[in-house]
Order: sequence, then structure tokens, then C-alpha cells
Amino acid sequence: MRIDRIAPFEQKVGFWHNNRIICSLTAFLSGRAGMGNDITNVSNQFLSFTLRNENFAVDIFKVREVLDVTSLTRIPRMPQHLSGVINLRGSVVPVVDLGLKLGMAPIKKAINTCIMIVEIVVESETAPVLMGVLTDAVQAVLDLNPEDIEPVPKMGTNLNTDFIKAMGRDHDRFLILLDLDRVLASESEIVLRDSKACETEQRLASVAA
Amino acid sequence: MDKDFSEVFREEATELLAELEEALLELEDKPEDLTLVSRVFRAMHTIKGSGAMFGFEQIAHFTHHVETVLDKVRNGTVPVTQELINLTLLSRDHIKKLLAAGETLEQELAGAGQKIIDEMQAIVGAVAPKEQRVEPEPAAVKQATKDTAAVQVGQTAAPIAGQVHYYIHFEPLAAFYENSGNPENLIEEMRKIGELTIFAVGDEHVEPDQKPKELVNDFFDILLTTAKDINAIKDIFIFVEGTVKYTINSLVSQDDEFVKHKKLGEILVERGDVSVEELHKFLATQKPIGELLVEAGLVPRVKVDSALKEQKVTSQHQQEAVQKIKSAEKESIRVGADKLDQLINLVGELVVTQARLTQVASKLRDAKLLEPVEEVERLTAELRDCVLNVRMVPIGTTFTRFRRLVRDLSAELGKEIEMVTEGAETELDKSMIDKLGDPLVHLIRNCIDHGIEAPSARVAAGKNAAGTVKLAAVHSGATVIVSVADDGKGLDPVVLRAKAVEKGIIAPDAELTEAETLNLIFAPGFSTAKNVTSVSGRGVGMDVVRSAVTGLKGTVSLTSKKGEGTTVSITLPLTLAIIDGLLIQVGNAHFVLPQAQVEECVELTAKDIERFHGRHVFAVRDHIMPYVRLRDFFEIVGQRPKIEQVVIVNINGERMGLVLDNVVGGHQTVIKNLGWAYRKAEGVSGATILGSGEVALIIDVVDLARFAHLEEATLVH
Repeated sequence: MRIDRIAPFEQKVGFWHNNRIICSLTAFLSGRAGMGNDITNVSNQFLSFTLRNENFAVDIFKVREVLDVTSLTRIPRMPQHLSGVINLRGSVVPVVDLGLKLGMAPIKKAINTCIMIVEIVVESETAPVLMGVLTDAVQAVLDLNPEDIEPVPKMGTNLNTDFIKAMGRDHDRFLILLDLDRVLASESEIVLRDSKACETEQRLASVAA
Repeated sequence: MDKDFSEVFREEATELLAELEEALLELEDKPEDLTLVSRVFRAMHTIKGSGAMFGFEQIAHFTHHVETVLDKVRNGTVPVTQELINLTLLSRDHIKKLLAAGETLEQELAGAGQKIIDEMQAIVGAVAPKEQRVEPEPAAVKQATKDTAAVQVGQTAAPIAGQVHYYIHFEPLAAFYENSGNPENLIEEMRKIGELTIFAVGDEHVEPDQKPKELVNDFFDILLTTAKDINAIKDIFIFVEGTVKYTINSLVSQDDEFVKHKKLGEILVERGDVSVEELHKFLATQKPIGELLVEAGLVPRVKVDSALKEQKVTSQHQQEAVQKIKSAEKESIRVGADKLDQLINLVGELVVTQARLTQVASKLRDAKLLEPVEEVERLTAELRDCVLNVRMVPIGTTFTRFRRLVRDLSAELGKEIEMVTEGAETELDKSMIDKLGDPLVHLIRNCIDHGIEAPSARVAAGKNAAGTVKLAAVHSGATVIVSVADDGKGLDPVVLRAKAVEKGIIAPDAELTEAETLNLIFAPGFSTAKNVTSVSGRGVGMDVVRSAVTGLKGTVSLTSKKGEGTTVSITLPLTLAIIDGLLIQVGNAHFVLPQAQVEECVELTAKDIERFHGRHVFAVRDHIMPYVRLRDFFEIVGQRPKIEQVVIVNINGERMGLVLDNVVGGHQTVIKNLGWAYRKAEGVSGATILGSGEVALIIDVVDLARFAHLEEATLVH
């Protein structure tokens, strides 16, 4: 079996093959691929990715596959963050620039840019809806223990709690665990962070650097 | 296992109940039509049988009682009256409720059922056996004159497959009666093995309700339809051998064999009632042979009538046999809708893959390959048409459903309504027909409740007392137009406008054309009804109709003339899944236009554009029409070519041009939904995947037309 490239997976639970992430067999067998042998535990498998320079993660069950960016067909007169549609093995699947939707700059296509195909639940639809999410890079499948997941405090931070499930800690960094259903179902642009606080953070970061 | 069977029964019963209702409504219009009575009886009988077989005890029990009453109707014992039809319709509704009910029968339901049965039996009991045209069972003799008494007992049931007709003639001799023989007993025996039609001839005058014991020197001509063979009949006469003169002839040997249509004369000759010469002598004259023979005194009328009956029986049988062949051809099979959907999906995929195959093959330019590939293309197109056709169902079934509605509603509101249908054979996709049901109900209700006036008002206005509601369906190009029309009082634009202003839907000084005023009726919350009846008037109907039709990618419009009537027309596309498209190119992107709306293609040069000084119109053979540049609408980057192509499209009579770079050619387009994310997309109604794998958007021409109008408006201002 050819392995096309090995992305920097921290936990080496998966690899690229034909432009898709495949969880390794050992990971699968040891239950880390999220087949849930312990049903009392909430799923704590996440896929981490980056949007511009920020780290995010989503529930692994929501992710169907990950593809390289193929040609996108744009549909005009629709919000900017709806980048267009792709041909996914005969189905027409819409693709969203998630970063743009969250108030960041539009995505710049680079070598690591990929489309994450996710399944979301929409109130008006009986079946789950398939959508593609443009990400700057897909990183790894993370196993997060309950103590690594912290709820976002309602006060005291500038994060928009409607769209964030929790904060996840992976070694020395924090990831925003997104509520994909809410995010993608919402019509308008989402402000994830209070802009003033953003500025403060950036100033602090530049001072620290 | 049980669950499967009960599902089967439920499906079958639902169909039978629909058939029952249809037959009953037809019977209401034609109470003398015996074939309709048979249909009603058969439906009820089948429900009873199947119900008992599948363990639906309550249904079998209830239906049994109704069937008993209907049997009497079938025999002619009980006439078809309005009350009877009402009760039978009620019993049909009751059976429907029983079908839906669970295992336990609620008290209320059981009580209601018993009430219906009681009322039905009351009708039957009330019919006196003395009624002239009615014959109670068993044999009874009408008032008989000296030598022409003829009695008809029972009725020929429709010959059933596997059964044979026999003609039995028997004359009890004096010895028969001396042995206290009773022809009734023999007849009873025959009745046990089949259906009888009896001609009993007697000289005596008897009371109507007495058994014909007193008949002497008489004969009985009996037509017996039975599944048993001739020996069973002979057995009946075994004990009276010698005291009775009898002959038994079978009329048709096998039910598959076509019996030559027997002429009356032939039958009489066969029976030995008349000689061949005498027969031929009278054949030369014009009168029916039976008449002549009677007049000539050669054959008593009774015998002629009896022979006529035989003739009728055999010809009826022949007709049934022909019918059987015909219905065998139209044999149908029930298929789950999901299986059909799967089939259509696969055909869709096949079409796409075949397009890719054709593309690759044409690039290779291998003659040996091109030939089978072309064949595959042809076969795929045919398969596509066939499969899409499978889902096409005539709209007639939906129309029939409404007869009951019209009947009940007009009775409830005290109006006389006649329902007329046109184009019932027009076929539509099944899913469309299902979704059309509710909107059509709304429209019909409106017609009956608001449109058609009370009989007195109509007569005062010089119209017929009975109003007409017309349901019509017709193919027009790639669309189907379904319309509901009435000849009632129509819509008054003045009243509509006033109501709209009152409800705040339009400003008091808004200027509207008559068409726009009429279209106000589609606004949510609009209703000009003074009273909200249980039927309508809540202002919900028309808005719901329009959204339902839009959901089917169709349009709805209405025309009306005050005092004359209103017509609502729904225009729907013929098929949802695969269309004939025209592939076009703008810049690097490809699009598809539905070929059904495309009229022609012309060139657009810089000169043509200059002519109109910046307004987006152009001229074709002296017709000026607006155009939309697709490059602008779809925000395509790049340089515009010097010479552009314009495809002229036709939208419900309005023509418009679409300016693009290049027309590529015809393309079988498998429509892919854009999905929830793009549900509000403008100008596109879907997408398709080309042979190259590229996604091409399917243009929504109606949307573009609206865009063109808006542009025009802004430019003008």
C-alpha cells in the first residue's frame, strides 16, 4: 500500500493515503480511532485543524473524509463564505470557507489547504447534510481525556460561547472545540471573538515574542 | 410473517375501498346499472373474504352484514335508493376506520358499526315482497294469465371463470305430482350447485308469495351456471326419472373457447321448438325473429323469452372471456417507491458515466470503439426514458378521489354541483401527484364554498341551477397544466383590493393592474369570506397552494371574470430528474439551459449593442426583447469575446435573450440538487456533473427573467 505523505501527526494515529486520512489499524484496534468500546464515556476523539493561525478541533464522528482542494465551482450572488460546490464521486457538495465565516481573512490556497467533509444536523432537513469545510491544514486525531476539556466560562472571556462547545488542552496548547452544527447552520457571519480583546491579545503576544 | 400479511391486506383493502367508493358514486348517477351493483358487491365481498383470511375479524363481521344487504340489491330484491347509497358510503367509511384501528375494538366504533347495520337492514325489511318489479326468494309467480305466464326467478350472476352454463328443460308429468313431487325441491338442488335463471310457466293463477305448487302441465326452462359437471345435474333428476321429462344441454364447453354467438333462431331450432324451414321463411323479413315467431303463433312468447335469455347469457360470457384476455394484458404489479427511486438513481449514474465514456471514445477516434459506444448512448437514452416513464401515473386517479369531496361538500352547503374532468389520462410523476393532492383540495373547496352560488342565486342570474367544477390536465411542451375552474360568481377586483388595503397588504394608494389585483389572493392571510365556515375562509388556502406549487418547481396563476367564474391554473415541469439540456460556456465555466425553454440562438455583435445605447435589449427580426449577460450575472472574470452568442428563451410566452460566449451542444442532464446550503441560490435551479468531472450549474431561466425586469426598471428610473 502506497503512503502518499506522512503529515506531522503528533500521535501517529493516521496517515494520508489517496488524499484521505486513514486511521491506522493499530489505533483502530486499540480503540483510539473512536469506535467507542466504552459506551458510558462521551466521545473524546477529535480532529484538530488550523484556520489561518488558530487551532481548532471537531468531534471525529462528524468528519467523513478529508480531501485535497479540487476545482471549486462558484455559485454567485451568495454569501462570500460559501465558496462553491465540488464533485464528490458524483454528488454535488457545497464548500464553506470556515475561517471567513468566523470573521477571519479569506483563505489563501497553499500546499496544505484541504477540504474536510463533515456531516451536520440541520433542523429543517430529515437527513444529515454533507458539507465541505476549507481548512488551512488538518493536523491529527486527538484523544482528549475529560480533564483536558474545559468548558468556556460565560463571563471573563471574549469568546462567543454559542458556537464553541469547550476548550481542549493538547500538551501545551489550547484548541477551540467548535460546535459545527451551530456554526454551519447559522446564516450570518459569526463573530468568534470580541475585536477589542483580539487586539489586546495580539499586543500581548507581540510583547511576549 | 403476520405483519407482512396484514400489510398486504391493508394495501389491498385500501384499493378495494377506493374502488367501492368510485362504483357507489357512479351508481348514484345510474341506479339502474346492474354492472355497477356487481362491482360494489364484488368489492365488498372481496374485503370480507380477505379480511376473514387475514384475521381481521371485526372487518369481516361488519362487511358480512353489509354484503348480505347488497346481495339483495344484486338480486333485484331491493332497489337502489339514495338512502341505501348514503348508508353504503357510510359503511365504507366505517370499514376504513376499522382498518386504521388497532386490535381492540373501541366501544364507540363498535356501536357506530352496529347502527349502520341496523339502518341498512331496516331498509331491506321495509321493502315489501309485493312490489311489482321485485322478486323475493325463492320462486314466486307473478299474476299469470292463461297461457303466457312467465316468471323470472333470481338473476343471472356474472359468469365466473371455471363455470359452465347448462340449459335444462324439464316438464313434470302427472305422475310427478301424484308422487307428491315438488318442482321446488329439484330447483333447490340445482341452486345448491350453482346460479339459476328460471323460466317457470304455469297455467294457474297463484298468489305472488305462494310457492308454485299448483303448477301443472308446465315446464321449467332453467339456465344453470355451475362449476360442477353434467353428471351432478343428472344426479338431481335421478329420483324422479320417469316422472319428469327433462333435457340437459351444456351451452359452452370450456370458458376459453369462444362460442359462436348463437342466433335466436338457432337456439330455437336446436331445442326443437321450430323447424329449420319455418325459421328461414321468417328470416327473410325484417322483424326480429322472435317477434315474428310469436306473432305467427309458432312459438309461445315464453319460449322466445327463454331463448333470448340464453342468448344473452352466452354473449355475456363471450364478452367476459374477451375482457379477461384484455385485463390479462394490462396486468400490473405493485412496486415499492423506494425500489423505483433506487432504479432512477442508478440510471442517473449510468447516464453520467456514459457521457464520460462517449467523451473518452471520441477523443481516441477509434472507429471500432465508436460504434458500440454510440449504441450504448442510444440504449441509455431509451432506458432513461423508460425508467422515468415508470413513475408516470395518470392524474385521473386523483380526480376521481375528488368526486366524493364534491358530493359531500355540495350536500353540506346546499349547492348543486356537477364535477367535470378533462384529460384524466394525462400522466404526471407519482411524487408530484401526491403533492398536488392537498393544493387541489383547497382549490376545489374554494370553488364550491366561495365560487359557486346557491341554486336560487344562480337561477336568478340566468345560469343553470347546478354549478360546474371542471378539473382539467393537459400537456404543453415540457410542462403539464392542471386547472380547476368554476362557473360561479368570479372574483371582484374592487372587493379584493379593498380587502387587501384593509389587511394592510397593500397601501391605499397603490396602483395595481387587474392581474396583480387578482394575484393578491395568494398573499398570506388573505380571505374575502365574510364567514369563516368549517370548510374554508381562514385565509390559509391560496398561500399554501402557491408554496406547494413552488416546491414542485411550478407556477400558479388565476383568471376570473366577475359573475362568470374563476379558473386557477397550475403549471408544472414534466420530470424532475433528467432533462434535455443545452450546454453553454461563459469564460471557463460551463452552464446548462433546459432545452424545453430554448427557442433559438443568434449572434450579438458590438454593433447590435450600440444600437440600443446601453439598455440591455436587442432586436431579432424586428422583435425587441431584453437580455441578460450571463458573464455579468454569474460574475465571471475575464475578457468578453468580441462576438457573443445569444440564446433566446421562452418563459410562458415571454421571450428573453441570454448572452454567453459559446454554445457547446445538447447534453443529457442529470439534475443534482444543490442542497440545503444553497437553497436560496438565485439564477440556478441545480447542478450537473459533466463528462469531464466538472460541475456545471443549471440555469433557472425564470429567475433570470426576474433579474432582467429589475435591471430594466432600475435603468429606466
